[in-house]
Amino acid sequence: MRYSVFALLRGALTGQKHWTPAWRNPEPKRAYDTVIVGGGGHGLATAYYLAKEHGITDVAVLEKSWIGSGNVGRNTTIIRSNYLLPANTQFYEKSLQLWEGLEQDINFNAMVSQRGVLNLYHSDAQRDAYARRGNAMRLAGVDAELLDAAAVRAMLPGLDMDNARFPVMGGLLQRRGGTVRHDAVAWGYARAADRRGVDIVENCEVTGIDIVQGRVTGVQTTRGAIRARRIGLAAAGNSSRVAALAGLRLPIESHVLQAFVSEGIKPVLDTVVTFGAGHFYVSQSDKGGLVFGGDIDGYNSYAQRGSLPVVEEVMECAVALFPAFSRLRYLRQWGGIMDMSMDGSPIIGTTPIEGLFLNCGWCYGGFKATPASGWCFAHTIATGAPHPLNAAFTLDRFRTGAVIDEKGAGATPNLH
Amino acid sequence: MRIPCPLCGARGNEEFTYLGPAGVARPAPEAPDDAWHAYLHERVNPAGQHRELWWHGQGCRAWIVVTRDTRTHRIEAATLARDAEARP
Ligand SMILES: Cc1cc2nc3c(=O)[nH]c(=O)nc-3n(C[C@H](O)[C@H](O)[C@H](O)COP(=O)(O)OP(=O)(O)OC[C@H]3O[C@@H](n4cnc5c(N)ncnc54)[C@H](O)[C@@H]3O)c2cc1C
Ligand SMILES: [Zn+2]
Repeated sequence: MRYSVFALLRGALTGQKHWTPAWRNPEPKRAYDTVIVGGGGHGLATAYYLAKEHGITDVAVLEKSWIGSGNVGRNTTIIRSNYLLPANTQFYEKSLQLWEGLEQDINFNAMVSQRGVLNLYHSDAQRDAYARRGNAMRLAGVDAELLDAAAVRAMLPGLDMDNARFPVMGGLLQRRGGTVRHDAVAWGYARAADRRGVDIVENCEVTGIDIVQGRVTGVQTTRGAIRARRIGLAAAGNSSRVAALAGLRLPIESHVLQAFVSEGIKPVLDTVVTFGAGHFYVSQSDKGGLVFGGDIDGYNSYAQRGSLPVVEEVMECAVALFPAFSRLRYLRQWGGIMDMSMDGSPIIGTTPIEGLFLNCGWCYGGFKATPASGWCFAHTIATGAPHPLNAAFTLDRFRTGAVIDEKGAGATPNLH
Repeated sequence: MRIPCPLCGARGNEEFTYLGPAGVARPAPEAPDDAWHAYLHERVNPAGQHRELWWHGQGCRAWIVVTRDTRTHRIEAATLARDAEARP
């Protein structure tokens, strides 16, 4: 069923009883052309673009839990394309462009809201670094504006500009950045892929990858063996475990990242703000709750829950920036498992095993990448070779030294 | 999470700094590129028991090898790194 105002009006006459499930719940077939492991945003988007862009519809997305249970439903919903290095700038800009047309494309309201993303700076050196990043973005055709303190003050009346330790001197603003309702992205892609014939199989964990003479032949799952000619791994925080089924060891550590939502309040913040002197960012959801987060907890974890020191640190940053927030209570908090790569950039590409493709290394920033990640991964799987937009995101860049290290910090799993 | 420091007793994890997996040997300078690549970038990243290095920077300043379950955060053992690393 196509969603439209007419469908809604028609339903008004019949008690809205005409709605059907957004996607089927098929039994997995015994064989597919292509199997995608992981029904998060990236796996679902990949399946959708395989069907839409490449006409490959004999596809199953195998999800061990339910759709939306992973990071796609746990993130803080920020989208942006404010990167410095060319490979990242172009890839994330493609993603932002896909976000801009997504809702019409998949016929689903994902509440894409280009409310702007403002990165604050607190020192001369940081201003110079942000100016450099903004210039790099503009050279690549991406929008960026460097704001001075007066412009920031006008935008954000609640901000404490004159913090003694970290005064706010200005910010780098990307107006086209913003937020998207995260679970709508999972549901929207799932429905759109399903409508093109993709099987979305929930509660189906992949427990083995069959390889014969260096080539994949299928997967073992908790719902039986499934043969496949091509397999795409998109398991985010569980990437190391899934890749290990094929004997691969990845340049990835899994770490927990927490998110927080306050009680709902009247409109107070109409953009996304990031603190430049600590790890903190905040926006206000359409329901009124402040949505905020900070740094990873900083030790290997698959537990999907964080610990208290980071909670305390995030709250301290919040109050340092917006003293009025000290009066709020936070309502909800949760964690997700991040696939932290060793240079802070993702991997979308081929593997040493024929027919096996890899999508991982999203660190804390993979939600905004969802459309372009699916688009590029679908291209890579369909044609057997990367698209120019993901050509730099290879697995072997770590071996060859062609890492994409935005921070210039060397091999550590805490970049993003 | 509280980490049982062998010298100080159980302390909050905010007193510690995490390094990563323990027992990873640095290759010799002339080792092949593959060995350096594996050392610098590749991780076992297990879901389950993990031996890892923590530094008690806001306590006794000792390096500690902690054996912890990454699925539950339950800590099974903590030994001073200098004793732990001496083991085979
Ligand atoms: C707290 C938090 C805040 C974040 N904030 C932002 C943000 O503001 N902006 C941004 O861009 N990014 C953000 N991120 C990062 C972003 O959410 C992730 O990078 C992105 O969602 C990962 O891709 P995914 O959606 O495909 O992952 P997931 O939704 O995690 O999908 C992976 C799926 O694979 C499944 N799976 C795993 N193993 C198997 C198996 N063996 N068999 C079958 N299925 C399996 C999992 O169940 C899961 O559903 C945040 C993340 C967190 C946790
Ligand atoms: Zn100690």
